[in-house]
Amino acid sequence: MKIRKELWFGFIIMGLIVAGTAVMLISAPTITNGHLGLMMLALVVVAIMLGFPTAFTLMGMGMVFTWLAYEENTTKTLDLMVQAAFKVMSNDVLISIPLFVFMGYLVERANLIEKLFKSLHLALARVPGSLAVATLFTCAVFATATGIVGAVVTLMGLLALPQMLRGGYDVRVSAGAITAGGCLGILIPPSVLLIVYGATAGVSVVQLYAGAFFPGIMLAGLYILYVILLAKLKPALAPPLSEEARHITLPPMTQRISDAVSNRALPALLTALKGSRNAGVPSDYILKQLGITLLPAIVFVLVAGMSYRSATEPLDPVAVMQSGGLAEPSGSQREGRGASGGVQEPPGASGSLQEPPAASGGLKEPPAAGGLQEPPSASGGLKEPPGSGVQEPPGAAGGVKEPPGVTSSNAANAAPQAAPERRTAGRGFWIGLGVGAIALFGLYAMLSFQRLEVFKMLLASFFPLVILILAVLGSIVFGLATPTEAAAVGAFGGFILAAAYRQLNLAMVKESVFLTAKTSAMVCWLFVGSAIFSAAFALLGGQELVEHWVMSMNLSKTQFLLLSQVIIFVLGWPLEWTEIIVIFMPIFIPLLDNFGVDPLFFGLLVALNLQTAFLSPPVAMAAFYLKGVSPPHVTLNQIFAGMLPFMGIQVLAIFLLYMFPGIGLWLPQVLYK
Amino acid sequence: MQKLLLAVDRLSTWLGQLFAWSIVVLTFMITYEVFSRYVLNAPHDWNLNVQIMLYGTLFMMAGAYTLSKNGHVRGDVLYGFFRPRTQAAIDLILYIVFFLPGIVALTYAGWGYANEALAIREQTFSATALPLYPFKFVIPVAGGMLLLQGIVEIVRCITCLRDGEWPSREHDVEEVDVDKLKEMVHVKDEDIAALDKYVAPANYVQGGKS
Repeated sequence: MKIRKELWFGFIIMGLIVAGTAVMLISAPTITNGHLGLMMLALVVVAIMLGFPTAFTLMGMGMVFTWLAYEENTTKTLDLMVQAAFKVMSNDVLISIPLFVFMGYLVERANLIEKLFKSLHLALARVPGSLAVATLFTCAVFATATGIVGAVVTLMGLLALPQMLRGGYDVRVSAGAITAGGCLGILIPPSVLLIVYGATAGVSVVQLYAGAFFPGIMLAGLYILYVILLAKLKPALAPPLSEEARHITLPPMTQRISDAVSNRALPALLTALKGSRNAGVPSDYILKQLGITLLPAIVFVLVAGMSYRSATEPLDPVAVMQSGGLAEPSGSQREGRGASGGVQEPPGASGSLQEPPAASGGLKEPPAAGGLQEPPSASGGLKEPPGSGVQEPPGAAGGVKEPPGVTSSNAANAAPQAAPERRTAGRGFWIGLGVGAIALFGLYAMLSFQRLEVFKMLLASFFPLVILILAVLGSIVFGLATPTEAAAVGAFGGFILAAAYRQLNLAMVKESVFLTAKTSAMVCWLFVGSAIFSAAFALLGGQELVEHWVMSMNLSKTQFLLLSQVIIFVLGWPLEWTEIIVIFMPIFIPLLDNFGVDPLFFGLLVALNLQTAFLSPPVAMAAFYLKGVSPPHVTLNQIFAGMLPFMGIQVLAIFLLYMFPGIGLWLPQVLYK
Repeated sequence: MQKLLLAVDRLSTWLGQLFAWSIVVLTFMITYEVFSRYVLNAPHDWNLNVQIMLYGTLFMMAGAYTLSKNGHVRGDVLYGFFRPRTQAAIDLILYIVFFLPGIVALTYAGWGYANEALAIREQTFSATALPLYPFKFVIPVAGGMLLLQGIVEIVRCITCLRDGEWPSREHDVEEVDVDKLKEMVHVKDEDIAALDKYVAPANYVQGGKS
C-alpha cells in the first residue's frame, strides 16, 4: 500500500512525539508521577491526531490518569470527574458562548452580505485595488459579527471572487484577500476564541475584548494597506474598476431632479422642494430624500449639543460612583439608576435600523473614513467632549456618543484631573465644532446624487452591522453590561436584523438554534474533557516538572515568549485552536508569572498566533472552503500561494504587538486601571 | 439493525433539539432582564442562576445530538486521509478505550451526585432560592444519552469494518451548507464554471490539477 504524503507528515510528527517521550522517560533517573503526567500529555496529542473526538479522548485519558494519581482510589476519581463536569455546567463565563454563536448564525442568515459587499465596493471604487479592499472590509465586518470562518469564506468566494476575476484580478491576490479577511472574525471581538481563552486562563473576558480591539483593527488595516500598495505598485494584479462597474444607476425620480436642477444633492433637493422646478416628482419623495441627505447634519447637531452639555456639566457624584463600578466589570450587580443612561446599547442599536438618527451615530467612524471620503468621519473624531481627558478610540466612539449618561460616566472614569476643565466648554470644543462644521459643509458640497445612493445602500447594510457590533462591544468594554448580557442582546439584535431584512422565519430560526446547540456542545464538552484532563495533569505534578524544566533553561522573557509562541504555532498544524487553548494554556499560564508576562498580553499574542494557523498550509481550513466554491481551474496551490503574504502580515502583526504592547494594553489600562 | 441505529439517532436528535430551544429562551430572558434592570429598575436575583441552568442543560443535552451528527471536534490532520475501514478501526478501539469508561464513570458518578442533592433538596444560594437538584440530574441523563449514542456509534464502526463504508446518517443542518449558501446569494454552478475563462489563460501553469 502506498502511503500518501499527508499521512507521512502526520506519522512523522507522531513518531517524533513518541520518541521524545521515550527519550525523556529513559533519561530520567527515577520515573515520578510528574513524568507520568508528561507522558499523558504526549499520549493525548497522539490520540487527538488519530482523529477521535477530542472531548472524549481527554475525558477518558484524564480519568485513567486521575485514577493512577489518586493511587487507584475509585471514589475520589469519580468525585473529581463529576465536579469537573458540574464546574463547566455552572461556569458563568462560558454562558456567553452559545449566545454569541447564536447571534452569529442569526446575522449570517439575515443575508445582508450581498448588499454589504456591493455598497462597500461602490463606496470604495476609487481606492486602488478597490475590489480586494472592499472584500477585506466586508469580511472584517461580517466575520466580526458572525465569527463563522467557513461561512464567511464560502460566501465571499461566491460573491467577491467572480467579481474580482472578471475585473482582471490575479487569482492569488483574490484568494488571499478572501481567506485572510474571512479569518479576521477569530480575533476581532466579540470572538469566541477570546471567551475560551478567558475561561481557561482566568483572565477577564472584558479586558481581553478591550485589548484585542486595536490589534484586530491593526491587522485588518495592515491587510488593506498591503492590498492598496500592491495595486499601486503592480496594477496588473489588481486593475482599477472599469467605468461601467463603477456606474451607479439613479432611481428614475432622482434622475429627473438631477437632470432638471443639478447633481448636487442638497441644493437640488431644496430647490425642487420649492415646487416650481420639481420636475413632476412628488414632494413626499423629495422630502424623504432630503431627510436622508440631512442625516449627517442632524447627527452632527445632536452630537455637538450633547458634547456641549457634557462638556459644561459639572462632574456629578453619581458618575463618580459609577466609575467605581466600572472598574470591576465582572461585578454582577450594577445600580440601575446610575447606569440608566446605559439603555443606549442594544435597543438603540436595533432601532437604528429604521431610525436614522441613531443609525448615523455609527456613521462617523473609520469605515466612512476608509472610503467615501465622507467628512462625517472627520466630525466623528471631534464630537467627543473635547474638554474631557478621555480620548475615545475612534472605533469605540460609536457606542459612546449616543447617551449622555455614558459619556459622562466614562469621562468620570478618566479621573479627577479632567474635572476642572469640564465646567466650561473649552476652546477645544469650539475648535472641534468649527472643524466639524467645515467638514459637514465640504460633505454637502461633494454629495452628488450618486454618492447619495451609495450612502443609502451603506445605511441599509453597513451601518446596522457596525452599530450592532459596536453596541455589543461598547457595552461590554465600558462596563455597562456583562459579556453574557451583551451577547444576549446581540442575539436579540440579530433577530431584529433578520426581521428587518425579511429573513426571519421559523425554518431559519430553527436552523440557527440547532446549529448553536451543536457548536456549543462541541466547545463546552471539550471543556468538560479538558477540566478532567487538567486536573489529572495537576494531580500528577506534571506542572511542577514543566516549570522546573523551563526554569532550568534560564530563559529571558523574550526567549520564553518566543519559544511559547513557536510551540503554539507548531501545534496549530495538527490541532484546532480550541484544543490548543483548553489543553495547553493551563500549562503555559502558570509559567507566565516567573517571567513577568501579563496573561492578558499573552492572550492577545496567542489569539494573533492562532489566527495564523487558519492560513498556514497544508491544513488551513479557509483554503478548502474557498476551493469548494471556486472555478475548477483555481488550484489549491494558487490559494495557498495567495494566503502566504497575508500570513507574513500576521507574523508582522505579532511582532508589532510584541514591540509595542501598548497597541493591545492601552485601552484596558485606560478603562480599568 | 440500521433501523434501530436511526431510531436512537432520532431520539438523541429530538432531545438535543428540544433543549436547543433554551437558547431562544435565554436570549429573550436576558434581554428582558437587561431592560428590566436599566429601565424599570427592577433586577431579579434569580436570573443569573436560571441563565446558568439553561446554558448548562443546553450544552449537556446537546452532547448526544452532536455525537449522532458526528459534530464533535476531531483532530483532522490524518483522519480525513484514512480509508473508511482504517477510520472505523481507530474509532472502534478508542470508543472502547476512552469513550466507554469515561462516559460510564461520568454517568454513574453523576447519578450519585444528583441523588445526594435530591436527598437534601439542595437549593441555590440566591435570595430567591431555586431547587438545584434537577439541574444536577442533567449530568446522568446527558451521560446516559451519550452512552446510548456511543453504543450506536460503536455498532456503526463494526458495520463499517464489515462493509468497507460508513452507514448513512440522517441529514441535519450544517454550518457551511454550500448549496444553501449558493442559493442565498443567487449563484449557480454554471456561473462559477463560466469564470474559468478568466482563470485558465492567465495561470496556465498547473492545468486542472487540484
